[in-house]
Amino acid sequence: MDLLSTFRIALRALRTNLLRSMLTMLGIIIGVAAVIAMIAVGKGAQTRVEEQVRSLGSNVMVLWPSSNNTGGVRSGTGGVQTLTEDDARAIALEVSEVMFAAPTHRASAQVVFGNQNWFAAVYGVNNDFFDVREWPLVAGRSFEPGELASSGKVIILGQTVARQLFGEDTPFEEMIDRTVRVRKVPLVVIGVAERKGQSAVGQDQDDAVFVPLSTARTRLFGIVQGKLRRINSIWVKVQPGEDMKAAEDGIRTLLRQRHKLAPGQDDDFTLRNLTEIMQAQEAASKAMTALLAAIASVSLLVGGIGIMNIMLVSVTERTREIGLRMAVGARGGDILSQFLVEAVTLSCIGGAIGVALGIVAAQLVGNSAGWQVQIEPRSVLLAFGFAALIGIFFGFYPARKASKLEPIDALRYE
Amino acid sequence: MEPLSPSEPGTANVLEVLQPLIRCESLAKRYEVGGGTVHALRELSLSVMPGEFVAVMGPSGSGKSTFMNLVGCLDQPTSGRYWLAGEPVDSMNRDQLAAIRNRRIGFVFQQFNLLPRTTAQDNVELPLLYAGVPRAERHARALRRLQQVGLGERLDHHPAQLSGGQQQRVAIARALVNDPQLILADEPTGALDSRTSIEVMALLQALNREGITIVLVTHEADVAAFASRIISFKDGRVVRDAANDPLDAAAALAALEPAEG
Repeated sequence: MDLLSTFRIALRALRTNLLRSMLTMLGIIIGVAAVIAMIAVGKGAQTRVEEQVRSLGSNVMVLWPSSNNTGGVRSGTGGVQTLTEDDARAIALEVSEVMFAAPTHRASAQVVFGNQNWFAAVYGVNNDFFDVREWPLVAGRSFEPGELASSGKVIILGQTVARQLFGEDTPFEEMIDRTVRVRKVPLVVIGVAERKGQSAVGQDQDDAVFVPLSTARTRLFGIVQGKLRRINSIWVKVQPGEDMKAAEDGIRTLLRQRHKLAPGQDDDFTLRNLTEIMQAQEAASKAMTALLAAIASVSLLVGGIGIMNIMLVSVTERTREIGLRMAVGARGGDILSQFLVEAVTLSCIGGAIGVALGIVAAQLVGNSAGWQVQIEPRSVLLAFGFAALIGIFFGFYPARKASKLEPIDALRYE
Repeated sequence: MEPLSPSEPGTANVLEVLQPLIRCESLAKRYEVGGGTVHALRELSLSVMPGEFVAVMGPSGSGKSTFMNLVGCLDQPTSGRYWLAGEPVDSMNRDQLAAIRNRRIGFVFQQFNLLPRTTAQDNVELPLLYAGVPRAERHARALRRLQQVGLGERLDHHPAQLSGGQQQRVAIARALVNDPQLILADEPTGALDSRTSIEVMALLQALNREGITIVLVTHEADVAAFASRIISFKDGRVVRDAANDPLDAAAALAALEPAEG
């Protein structure tokens, strides 16, 4: 018997018991919808982490001054400024794995333009900072050597600050050469940085302005502390392909030497391999996606068992029909394919409805919980294919049972 | 009921006319039940020639149903041999038996055994579906058989919308649709009133005149009287096998007509 006729017979049988067919399908519908929605939520989270990894830049480490213990007085992380610009220079020169080491001084201040003002993070940096963070400019230029060396009165704006001071509609080019003031010091805008988005901790990274490190030190914040030129972080980028661990060890050894720490004494700085942390987060979010999908798959499996259950009932109920079909010439294979096609039709229709429902559910979850969701065609195909397979797998046993009936027993079944 | 068309060409070829359609040799069926052996059929040997109209009679448990199941290739014998139209059925596997049933035998059952919620047309097409006949041809052949049994107007009716006699005629149309040489009718009138029974018998007689061999199981002597040969079973054995001068069902129906009118 051809497949089309088999399919027609299956559809008719399913229509005959419409309510039962719908209820049986419900298991598959919920299963498929759950798989799709869960993967969408998981993938959304994963994508967000991946974006954060990208916004951080690759192979990035950061150094902060650490707590130290001087005469019993303990200060918290960053409470004492043990890192200097010279440390940064030494790292860049002496640790071979390091590509850039950007000394950074971060403070906060009111940035004023005309009658607009905005409180933002002010970074004292040199051009290496933008290389480490892989953070290009959308307009203007970076700092010139002269400006870096002699505390040039120039500033680069992050996008949030640019928008707050100049409004939504002003092109970035028009902001160049305008003068803004930070702590009453007039600074000329020379560039606008690209949008970076949120950091891993949910901070708006574009809510920042950048000035030469020397400008921050001498003109804005007056942090001249001897000639050591202390700073509050060093951003390090390791050469692509180099071992992050080796770089970490190299930096630690170098700084312990420079800071004259005795063996056994705690580091007076904190070294964070941000890339590694982010990758761990990424792996965690991947694992979460897999876990969600696995849990949802269980419901799909339960749906499959529902199909098997109802197909077994159906085979028993229709024993006489099977007997008749055999009497008029149906072979075991015909009966097998009839019930198998019925089960697969159930699971495929359920799968299709589940796909639609899953997409809607994912959007609803995304909208109501404010999560980013991402529906992947691959996961839709996967869930649907899995549903079809479940139909075959769980439909096979009842169908085989039907096909093995003796025609005479089936015909006389009461 | 419409007049029946003349004999269909190709229902039986010359070679098959010369040999028995049904030939059994020492056919036996035994069941093991609760430690004992039940001899449903003991060492049966008989032949039915093409074109015969055989009534099989006997009380329940006599072996007539077992005989029918074996002849209908629905069951396999414990021992003995059976040829249907010269083919040795006893050595066939399930799929071959299915093909034989499909090609050579038309079944008519007491309870009609029509598929519920399925139109008369689709019910009649069922054997053709398993014979792999293309859709358009299935339609045409089923339509012709339904017209032949006088149900050309009720193609779209479901069994529930038809009377018992009409349902049995649908079943007969289904039995005919694959142009079988043999029709096995198992108590075909058991669920019908006497008038409808005679109508069905008239239809079977008409088919027999076209050359189709008919084997009919019944426990009613009135029904067996329409057959040309009566075989009686008892305790798994044939106790009587004799020719019968058949009553003409069409005439009997005509005789009833005034009373009904």
